[in-house]
Amino acid sequence: MLGRLREAGARLVRQREATVFVVVLLLIVYFGFISTAGRSTFFTRVDLVNLTQIAAPIIIIAIGEVLLLICGEIDLSPGFVYLFAPFLMHYLIDFYHVPAILAIVLSLVFGAAVGWINAFLTVNVGLPSFITTLGTGFILWGLTLTTCHDEQANIPGSTVTIGRYLGSDAWSEIIWAVVLVVIFHVVLTRTRWGLHTIAVGGNQLGAREAGVNVARIKYGNFMITGVMGAFVGLQIAFQTSIIDPSAGQYLPMFYSVAAAVIGGTAMLGGSGTMIGAFLGAAMLAVLTDGFDVLGVSANPYNIILGGTILVAMVANVQLTRLRGAGRAR
Amino acid sequence: MTAQASEGPSGSAGQNGDVLTVEHVAKRFGAVTALVDVNMRLAHGEVLGLIGDNGAGKSTLLKILCGFQQPDSGRIVLHGEEVTLKSVDHARSLGIDAVYQDLALIDQLSVYHNIFLNRERVRWPLLSNRTMRKLARERLDDMGIGLQSVDLPVARLSGGQRQAIAVARAVYSEAKILLLDEPLAAMGAKEAALILDLIRDLKSRGDVSVIVIAHNYGQVLEICDRVNLLQHGGITLDKPSRDTSVQELNDIVIAEYRRALEERQRAVG
Repeated sequence: MLGRLREAGARLVRQREATVFVVVLLLIVYFGFISTAGRSTFFTRVDLVNLTQIAAPIIIIAIGEVLLLICGEIDLSPGFVYLFAPFLMHYLIDFYHVPAILAIVLSLVFGAAVGWINAFLTVNVGLPSFITTLGTGFILWGLTLTTCHDEQANIPGSTVTIGRYLGSDAWSEIIWAVVLVVIFHVVLTRTRWGLHTIAVGGNQLGAREAGVNVARIKYGNFMITGVMGAFVGLQIAFQTSIIDPSAGQYLPMFYSVAAAVIGGTAMLGGSGTMIGAFLGAAMLAVLTDGFDVLGVSANPYNIILGGTILVAMVANVQLTRLRGAGRAR
Repeated sequence: MTAQASEGPSGSAGQNGDVLTVEHVAKRFGAVTALVDVNMRLAHGEVLGLIGDNGAGKSTLLKILCGFQQPDSGRIVLHGEEVTLKSVDHARSLGIDAVYQDLALIDQLSVYHNIFLNRERVRWPLLSNRTMRKLARERLDDMGIGLQSVDLPVARLSGGQRQAIAVARAVYSEAKILLLDEPLAAMGAKEAALILDLIRDLKSRGDVSVIVIAHNYGQVLEICDRVNLLQHGGITLDKPSRDTSVQELNDIVIAEYRRALEERQRAVG
């Protein structure tokens, strides 16, 4: 029994996520118990809801980015799908009288379609995904601003009820995020899809020689990322009751990729975990919310955030080296 | 316990005992002509050695036979029937499997996931990891490949062990036709002996036919029933191993080098 526990402990230390987990815990302890301003506010309901609402969008988009990074690609465009999807829902309902549920589904399908186009340009035309998604991102940005005349819109009345389940209820976003992380954790670690995603990123030629359908894996993962972007856009629209032409854009994507990488996903493909991305997002959210609680202004915040990301990454690289040495013995 | 992956067709041979014949196969890549007119046959239960200079097109021929690439023209006849090998999966479903020169292993995945890559045991929607782990362990023990754990990522294995895993994967597929591209490259004498034993073992089973690409003529003659030389885009020599010798094969290759050297001197001079 004791041996089992010790083995579990040793395994935890070997896990890359453990470092991030410890960092998140330390940050929570700091902001929640040590800082005077934090003690009174950090664990209040309002603040915890706020914390989860910062984390959830990062987590959900990171799910897609983890899959793409593992199979050797990246998507810069989900923040722009996020921007356009709620407008699309608004156009469909208010201008074309489409029923609410169908409009929501069509907006998610639109996200998948953007993913398909990203995959087509990357896989079939042969552009690097960095360039492909840079291009499609700008197009979506311009498309949104042109069609909405840079003016915000209200959430269509017919979506209010369903919107509560999707994003406007206090805990709905984080519940979705956790459920999706659990599902995709299983997909990544326990299904053929996950195994083949790792295979494609680990050794693309080898995977192809073994008969893995490389194109299918990439198409699928781009489409998942597109849907996640659209889903988050809709959630935020429901949460704020407003469809905002300055929402989304590059920031959600950067946070998500940062969360994935902090959580141990390799930029060069072949490895990564959903749990790690979840913890990475939690770390970013606790930092953001914690500084907010402390009253640190937005200006130095980015300096500290950037520094934290770098420190986390350096620690990860060093720990990986140590772990490698430990295993080779 | 779990759904068994579909097995290859039984090794029924064509009328003349050949399981595979290649007729007038040609392949070019842009300006480079890799294969001009290849005619080759593989008999039931036979081990055929394919030799030739670097760049002669041996690997290209192998990749055509395993469905990875498609020929520009020519016919492939399998068990007496003409086939078009559309993909690696398709060729596999017809009982043809290959070990590539680059091994096609995924460093990040465990030994057993590599062995089962793309023919995973699945209890939908989840992978049957326990079953795969157990089967991989049994098979590797059977084959005499000593590994502490099948859970290790293949990145942690030696060159020879990696080669052995790649061969084990192909053998494990229960293919009736096995294509081995330099299975002895990057191997020490001890590890090479292991692979040679494996091939001998396959031969003794009698229902598997093998094509081996190799550079060490001594090893080729030892394990192969017959030798084919690929030269200038076609098969220029086809002899049973007992009717040729390391000396003869060496002479042919040396003659070719001499010719290339003379041509070069003429071009320079």
